[in-house]
Amino acid sequence: MTKEILIYAEVTKSGYVHPVFFTLAAKAQELAQKLDDAIISALIITSKGKTETVKEGFVKCGFDKVYAFEDERFGNYNTELFSSCAIELVNEIHPEIFLIGATTQGRDLGPRISSSLHTGLTADCIELDINEKGMLAATRPTFGGKLMATILCKNHPQMATVRPGVFKPLEQDVIRNTEIIYKNITSVVTPKVELIDFIKGLEDELNDLDSAEIIVSGGKGMKNAEGFKLIESLAKALNGAVGASRGAVEMGLADHKMQIGQTGKTVSPKLYIACGISGAIQHTVGMDSSKRIIAINTDENAPIFDIADIGYVGDAFEIIPQLIDKLSQKTD
Amino acid sequence: MKIVVCIKQVPDTTDIKWTENNTIQREGVESIINPYDVYALEAALKLKKDCNAKVTVLTMGPEQAKDMLKKAIAIGCDDAILLSDRKFAGADTYATGKTIAGAIKSKLADFDLIICGQFAIDGDTAQTGPTIANNLNIPQVTYVKEVIECSENFAVVKKEIEEGIELLKAKFPALICVLKGFDEPTRAKINGIIKAQDAEITTYTSEDIGLEPSEVGLKGSPTYVSKAFRPESKGECTFINSCDEICKKLKEYGILND
Repeated sequence: MTKEILIYAEVTKSGYVHPVFFTLAAKAQELAQKLDDAIISALIITSKGKTETVKEGFVKCGFDKVYAFEDERFGNYNTELFSSCAIELVNEIHPEIFLIGATTQGRDLGPRISSSLHTGLTADCIELDINEKGMLAATRPTFGGKLMATILCKNHPQMATVRPGVFKPLEQDVIRNTEIIYKNITSVVTPKVELIDFIKGLEDELNDLDSAEIIVSGGKGMKNAEGFKLIESLAKALNGAVGASRGAVEMGLADHKMQIGQTGKTVSPKLYIACGISGAIQHTVGMDSSKRIIAINTDENAPIFDIADIGYVGDAFEIIPQLIDKLSQKTD
Repeated sequence: MKIVVCIKQVPDTTDIKWTENNTIQREGVESIINPYDVYALEAALKLKKDCNAKVTVLTMGPEQAKDMLKKAIAIGCDDAILLSDRKFAGADTYATGKTIAGAIKSKLADFDLIICGQFAIDGDTAQTGPTIANNLNIPQVTYVKEVIECSENFAVVKKEIEEGIELLKAKFPALICVLKGFDEPTRAKINGIIKAQDAEITTYTSEDIGLEPSEVGLKGSPTYVSKAFRPESKGECTFINSCDEICKKLKEYGILND
C-alpha cells in the first residue's frame, strides 16, 4: 500500500496558508522519496469556498491530495472542532506521518489529536529524516537548546510539530495534479470554548520573523527609541526582519510580537545579527539554531559571543550606521 | 470553585553542565519550579482571592518534589498531591498527560478549572496541558495572558496568538495553559510557612489512581529517544574589527553580492 504523508495547512486570520506549511511541504518531498515515493497530502479546515482560493499553493508544492473540511463554523480556529476533523480524517486515511507547524495553533491542536489517536507527537522539531527502518526520526532541542534528542514513535501516525523557518520552501515548483477531496465532519461537536472578540495586533500581516532569512535583533544595549531605529534601518538595508530581546521589549523599545527567546518566538534564519544583546539563555534558545550569527556588543565577555560565528566588540551606535551606509552604496 | 494547578520540577537550565561523555550532568544541578508554573500558581492564587477558589497543587515526580509542593502551600495553595511511583519514570507527554488526568479523574473529579504553565523549560513541548485536557474530555485554552472574568460556570480569558489577542469564553470544567502576565505576588507569608511545615502531602502511586503499569512511564509512552547528542558546536567566534570585514563575511555567507 502506498504510504501517505499528511501535512496540516493552517489558515491564518488574514486568510492565507501559514508560511510554515510551505516549508513542511518542501521537506515532505524529501521524506516521501525515502518512503517508497509516499504520496503527500494536505489537510485544510476553513470557511466555505476558501480552499479553492488557496489551491494554487498546493498545486505548486507537489501535493497529490488536499482534504478540505469547509464549514461556516471553521472561519476561526477552535480546538475541539478542528481536532475532531483531523482525528476523523486520520482514522479514515491512516497516514504514515502527520506533520503540523509549531505555531500557537499547531501546538494547541497537535497534542489534542495525537492523544486521541493514542500516538506520540514530537514537539517543535528542527530536523526530520527517515531512518533505516523507514521510521520518522524527529530531532528537537531540549534543556534550553543544550541537548538535541532524536525521537522515534512506535505508533501510527508518527506525528511531529516543526518550528517555523527551519526548513526552506521549495525553490522550484513541483507541479502536481492536485485533487481536492471535500470532507464533512460526522461527529457532533458542541464547542465549549467560544470566541467573543479578536483584537488585531499592530502589524497588518503576520510578523515576518517566522519566514525571514535575515533577522536583525536589538537588546537593552540599544538604549532608546533612536537606537532601536538603527536596528530597523539595518534590517531594512538587508531586506530582513526586526527582532528584539526581552530586555528591549520590557524597556518599551519593541513590541512583544518582535520578542525572540523563551517567552517569545523561536527563529532560525540564515543570518541573525544580535546588536546590544548580552545573550542570556532565555534569548539564545529562541535563535541558536540560526545558520549564522553575528554579534555586536561592547562587552567582550558577553555570552552571546559563545554562540556567535562572528563577533564585533564595540559600540553598536557607531558600527551600525557605517554598515547601513555601506549597504546602501551597494544597492545604488 | 475548585482549581487544580499542575506544576513541574525542572533542572535550572541556565546551570547545565556537560559530563565527559557528552551527557547532561544531573547531579548537583539545582531543581527549580518551572517558571511558567509559577505563573500558573499566580493565576490560581488571584482566582482564590477574587472568587474564593480552593487551590490544589499537583505534580508528578520523585519524593524530593514534596519540597516544591510545600513551597506552593506556603504561598497560599490549600493542599497538594504528589504522584510518585518508579513506574512513572521515562514518561513522554502522552503518558504524563494520561497519568495526571487519571489522578484528577480519580481523586479530584469535582474540579472546575485546571491551570498549567504553557511550557516547561526543560522539555519545552507545551503538550502536557492539552493532553491532560483531552484525556479528561474537557476544553482547553492555551497561551492565556489573563483571566478577565470568572464565574461559577465559565471563565473569559485573553489568549495571545501571532496575529493579536483573542477573547475566549470557556465553559467549566476547562483547562488553561498560561504565559507570564499574572502579577499576584507569590511570596510566602508567615502563616503560609507554618501551614506548609505541618502540611501532609498526599502521595499516590499508579495503583492508587487506577492505572495499569503498561499505561504509565516508559511502557506507556509511544515515543522514545533514539539518540541524544550535543548540538554541533558553532566553533570559535571569529572576532573582527571593522565594517569592511563584516561586509566581507556577508559576502561569504551569500547575503551580499560583489
